[in-house]
Amino acid sequence: MTELITIKVNGKVHNVEADPEMPLLYLLRNDLRLNGPKYGCGIERCGSCMVLLNGKSQPSCVIPASSAAVYEVTTLDGLAKNGRLDPVQEAFIEEQAAQCGYCMNGMIMSAKSLLAENKNPSDEQIRQALNRVLCRCGTHTRIISAVKKAAAKMKNS
Amino acid sequence: MKDHTHFSSDRRSFLKSSGHLVIGFQLFPALAAITGFEDKSVCEIEPVADGQTIDAWIRFDADGKLSVITGKMELGQGIRTALMQMAAEELDIPMNRVKIIIADTGQTQDERYTAGSGSIEGSGRAIRNAAAEARQYLLKLAAEKLQTEVENLSVKDGVVISSKSKKTVTYQELVTGKRLEVEVTGKAPLKDPASYKLVGKAIHRDDIAQMAAAKAYYIQDMRLPGMVHARILRPPVYDSKLVSVPKEQIAKAPGVLKLVVNGNFVAVIADKEYTAVKALGILKTDAKWDSKPLSVLPQNLYNNILETASDSKVVEESGGSVPAKDFTHEAVYKKPYQMHGSIGPSCAIGLWKNDLLTIWSHSQGVYPLRKTISDLLKLPESKIRVIGVPGAGCYGHNGADDAGGDAALLAMEMPGKPVRVQWMREDEHKWEPYGSAMLLSIRGRIGAAGKIDAWDTEICSDTHSSRPGGNAGHLLAGRHIAKPFTFKSGGFSGGSHRNSVPLYDFAAKKISLRDFDGPLRSSALRSLGAYGNIFALESFMDELAWKAGEDPVAFRLTHLKDERARQVITTLVQKAGWGQGKGEGFAFAQYKNSAAYLAVKAEVTIDKAAKTYQLTKLSAVIDSGQVINSDGIINQTSGGMIQAASWTMLEEVKFDKTGITSTTWETYPILRFDQVPHTEVHIIHRPGDEPLGAGEAAQGPTAAAIANAIFHATGSRLRELPLTPDKINWEKIS
Repeated sequence: MTELITIKVNGKVHNVEADPEMPLLYLLRNDLRLNGPKYGCGIERCGSCMVLLNGKSQPSCVIPASSAAVYEVTTLDGLAKNGRLDPVQEAFIEEQAAQCGYCMNGMIMSAKSLLAENKNPSDEQIRQALNRVLCRCGTHTRIISAVKKAAAKMKNS
Repeated sequence: MKDHTHFSSDRRSFLKSSGHLVIGFQLFPALAAITGFEDKSVCEIEPVADGQTIDAWIRFDADGKLSVITGKMELGQGIRTALMQMAAEELDIPMNRVKIIIADTGQTQDERYTAGSGSIEGSGRAIRNAAAEARQYLLKLAAEKLQTEVENLSVKDGVVISSKSKKTVTYQELVTGKRLEVEVTGKAPLKDPASYKLVGKAIHRDDIAQMAAAKAYYIQDMRLPGMVHARILRPPVYDSKLVSVPKEQIAKAPGVLKLVVNGNFVAVIADKEYTAVKALGILKTDAKWDSKPLSVLPQNLYNNILETASDSKVVEESGGSVPAKDFTHEAVYKKPYQMHGSIGPSCAIGLWKNDLLTIWSHSQGVYPLRKTISDLLKLPESKIRVIGVPGAGCYGHNGADDAGGDAALLAMEMPGKPVRVQWMREDEHKWEPYGSAMLLSIRGRIGAAGKIDAWDTEICSDTHSSRPGGNAGHLLAGRHIAKPFTFKSGGFSGGSHRNSVPLYDFAAKKISLRDFDGPLRSSALRSLGAYGNIFALESFMDELAWKAGEDPVAFRLTHLKDERARQVITTLVQKAGWGQGKGEGFAFAQYKNSAAYLAVKAEVTIDKAAKTYQLTKLSAVIDSGQVINSDGIINQTSGGMIQAASWTMLEEVKFDKTGITSTTWETYPILRFDQVPHTEVHIIHRPGDEPLGAGEAAQGPTAAAIANAIFHATGSRLRELPLTPDKINWEKIS
């Protein structure tokens, strides 16, 4: 019950023989061996598995891989360009915006999506944009600072 | 101090290195080959049996790299970096030449559990002493080489310089071509904290860079060659008995390798992860269980606790007994069961190969887990290696060990194949051992001078530690298999009364404890009983202050002689202000009455029309003695406050007669960004003092500060957690 799924991930086209109902998350993690999107809840309630679908952050744990194939998929693994980390990644490192870091994928991908639409978000807008992503360590305040720093970096670059 | 330079090489399996210096205790047993996570992908680690004690703390290699070797686990608290800082400081080498090997029964010492904010006080102290010993030893070698006295030598970035001749020699040069092993005597002089260059600084964690760059960092990211995937079908309720499973249906599903049914332990193993997930779906729908309904339910939980708890045992009593009628005030506080709620459900990998079982686990205690798996499988510990690999934050004893037990059982079913067990979200929510429900009755007397002169607390609590310390009955797998191991409840009750003894000067104090065996599985959750005990103690202090007509902060200070306690409180007032608005709450505690001091102020605003409140800000001052990594302390304290705010405002495990009903983040909500307060953390630096555990200091005080702020804002005294807005008497507010 598998079929060939042709899907563009991080700028590269992949052909994967897979169960068409399989959520995108499993394809990314297991077939493409990407580490960015994480399994957290499996029902789109925690944001650990966030990816960009045509540039917009979306959970990858429910959407079937075959349905996701219409989008260009970007994962945390694919944000770096020419060996240089994305400004959002850099900002999270500089602000040390993690404890266990398991939520960081969801935070960075949601921030990436926000900053593509809004170059100068307010605290309130950042909170709204990241609200889907759960952090259990309580690193929220640093994560907000990191997103603001990323916005400033992107303006200056 | 021994020089083992002349040991024959066949005595040990050494690293292929051109020389090294190893510092530890009683360095006799073999050192297993070191192949750490730092150097290679986790997938490439070759299992190595140890079978003997491994007791090195640090190793300095001829490549100029220092390896810190700790039995403690990285849990997101930043212990890797702090321990590396301590070693690098003592040896005067830069951080980029230090790496660390964490919890692994094949490579590191048995340091039991990474728990109780004890890693800096325990492992940190040992590593500091070992590094001092190494420095002293290297300086002796350098003195010979440079033909001078140790007193004339100084070190900068791993280069030893003679003040007389200005000649230099590097640590590397001193170690090259030698295999040196030195025992810790405890006599090597420690550096003067005044000269610290690394300790106390906000050194960045290198693991955060790995996480941000999507490197394989977590156990969930491990992909071993030939790895197969397992899912566990847990019973609907704790004591359910399996009646039937749809064996044929599962057997014909393509890709399913094995269905394991062992008593009430059911697992499916498949070649692909999603195949296992789908098979689990079929099992969940079609397996039949015989379940006894739970008899104790949330509506009768606290009554049941009072009815069934053991007789009272005195924890501490001083100043003579006070007749019950003399108490002027009393109150009862309640805490429900609460979850660790790790964002990443538990995961483990087991591999049974060449007569050796290797388990990769995010357990807080690799050695105790090894002992427990040994009990479970009746396999000698010498044939088991447990390797610690970080998972998502655990905040105590969650499903990590249980998943390790699952992986051990299943690895034996699939010889030669690495079996990856990944719990589903529902598994973690339903089966992790929760922080126990607690019932706290406190009585107090305000004496003639307007001061409290008598205090009496009675705690009712189930256990705050049912960790698997060698008894397979403490693993779910051990309880569910056909020949089940028995779970022995009770034992350590220290967690139940943690922080129950007030630090305040009361003429008479009595603290007593009643144990109960509650309906839900419970164990260690960050700060153990301190969260509930401080919530009650510091709420009651606030109640008595208002009753006495005193300002709550001033009232505490009149009862407090401890200078460091006074200083965190007065510093908080300076930094965060006090007495300026409506909705301010204050609380204080010294964690475990022996670790970090922390004072916190909570600020809430209310929306009377919407009958709700918002926690707007939490400010803290912490004194954890000598600061190792200031950024780490701020991160842990701010995070601790936010997590405690989540517990306090929202969290309660829901259950009914059919079992746990908090099975998702919707049925067990935790704080999201829209409710997260601003936080501010100030540190009191005490470079000349011992470092004190800090990671759990914020949990209890935060809870009480929020309750006290709600009282200040609304006049409603909420004594039952969580402090949901429906418990506030909105009619009372003018």
